[in-house]
Amino acid sequence: MAKYLFLKHYVGGPAPVNDVPMDRWTQEEVDAHIRFMDDFADRLRESGEFVDAQALSPDGMWVRFDGEGKPPVVDGPFAETKDLVAGWMVVDVDSRERAVELAGELSAAPAAGGRPLGEWLEVRPFLDDRPNGTTSA
Amino acid sequence: MSEDHPGVDAALVRDVVPEVVTALVRRGADFTEAEDAVQEALVRGLTAWEDDPPRDPKAWLVTVAWRCHLDAVRSDAARRTREERVEQEPAPGPALQRDDTLELFFRCAHPSLGPSAAVALTLRAVGGLTTRQIARAYLVPEATMAQRISRAKRTVAGRRLDEPGDLGTVLRVLYLVFSEGYAGDVDLATEAVRLTRRLAGLTDEPEVAGLLALVLLTHARRSARTDAEGRLVPLAEQDRSRWDEAMAAEGVAVLQRALAQDRLGEYQAQAAVAALHADARSTEETDWVQVVEWYDELVAITDSPVHRLARAVAVGEADGGPAGLAALVSLDPEMPRYAAVSAYLHERSDRPADAARLYREAAEAATRVDERDHLRRQAARLAGRGRPGDPG
Repeated sequence: MAKYLFLKHYVGGPAPVNDVPMDRWTQEEVDAHIRFMDDFADRLRESGEFVDAQALSPDGMWVRFDGEGKPPVVDGPFAETKDLVAGWMVVDVDSRERAVELAGELSAAPAAGGRPLGEWLEVRPFLDDRPNGTTSA
Repeated sequence: MSEDHPGVDAALVRDVVPEVVTALVRRGADFTEAEDAVQEALVRGLTAWEDDPPRDPKAWLVTVAWRCHLDAVRSDAARRTREERVEQEPAPGPALQRDDTLELFFRCAHPSLGPSAAVALTLRAVGGLTTRQIARAYLVPEATMAQRISRAKRTVAGRRLDEPGDLGTVLRVLYLVFSEGYAGDVDLATEAVRLTRRLAGLTDEPEVAGLLALVLLTHARRSARTDAEGRLVPLAEQDRSRWDEAMAAEGVAVLQRALAQDRLGEYQAQAAVAALHADARSTEETDWVQVVEWYDELVAITDSPVHRLARAVAVGEADGGPAGLAALVSLDPEMPRYAAVSAYLHERSDRPADAARLYREAAEAATRVDERDHLRRQAARLAGRGRPGDPG
């Protein structure tokens, strides 16, 4: 009963095994990839492990506080920023092993030539922020 | 009372749910169907009762759940051709036996289920919570929780009723519920105390009493465990006047009866440690030597690294920080909370710089936000960056 975030990176992770960028895939290959993702989420819903899945636009901006009474500063995108998150999936599973197993399956989504993409997914455990019954230092 | 349903005494209704499930099973519904029908009746009831609570919620639930069950069976009667059997007015089953509810505990925590499935099914079928309440408590979508429960029921559907249950898994599930956090409108720790109390009324097994004692003694300290801002307060700094004395006394009495049976187990041993804390007015007055003895018993039973880690803290209190550190040597430094314990014992050994570094490491490795923040504060305190008025 632990939540894990699977982060997909557009840019920033190590290169996938099947390293052909998506803009060079055929339409069928793109469709097959998307279908796999949808089916994967459906399987997690069916197994009672699904929490959330979202995709992010690559168009982002950087915003920061710029002092009282002043509007926030909006900047970017910064070319030097190496990391770009494409989306995520959140699962609620019994063990770390199960999280790793699921991430491995997700990474096998078909890509160019119908072969598994083998992309690196970043897997991060959530910190529990609910007050709990037994914590004692 | 539930925030969701102000007109209903939620605890009272939850208490009768397992009896309603078993009543339907006695009338001929199988477990899966019965549990579904009771859930449907419960959800209807919680809404309908806001304006007009029934005099006898159990009778109301049995009647409505049986009707839900008949509707469900009729709706696929053509396929299943079972109408004839279920249309008959059911014989009023024999008076409920307490073994029925015990069997329900065993089934819901069946060893074939993973922990999250067993927890969810137990909370619904024995605990009388709705799917939505369970989903909110565990911060997952309601549809996910519904699927988790359906799958769990399919997994245990074929199990024979007369199979001997595994009490160990039932206790693990209840303790898991107890130690989970709470969110939504359901306090899981309170629910776990209620369910463990219920289980203890069904069996004389000393470990069941041991778990009840443990959760009562732990729960009694809850309001002292966090301050007004939600920060963790370590045992040594807790305001013991805020401990629930009546609940702790009940825990001690339950534990004494269990220990008198002379069949020690891990929950009794942990409860004994908790009872020694309840007995002391401060950490200085705590009988740490006896605490260590109970941890020795516990480690002899479980051989668990988690319990060895807890024992090392007690050794540090009984015999000083260096002795506590010596008790750590056989443990894997990568294990959860190792760094936090090591930090504490280094501080007790007058090695504040090492302690500060280890508290920072421990904060990085924490799995809970409140623990992480606590450990960060400890690191800051040792680095001389405490808040004004803080000790140390």
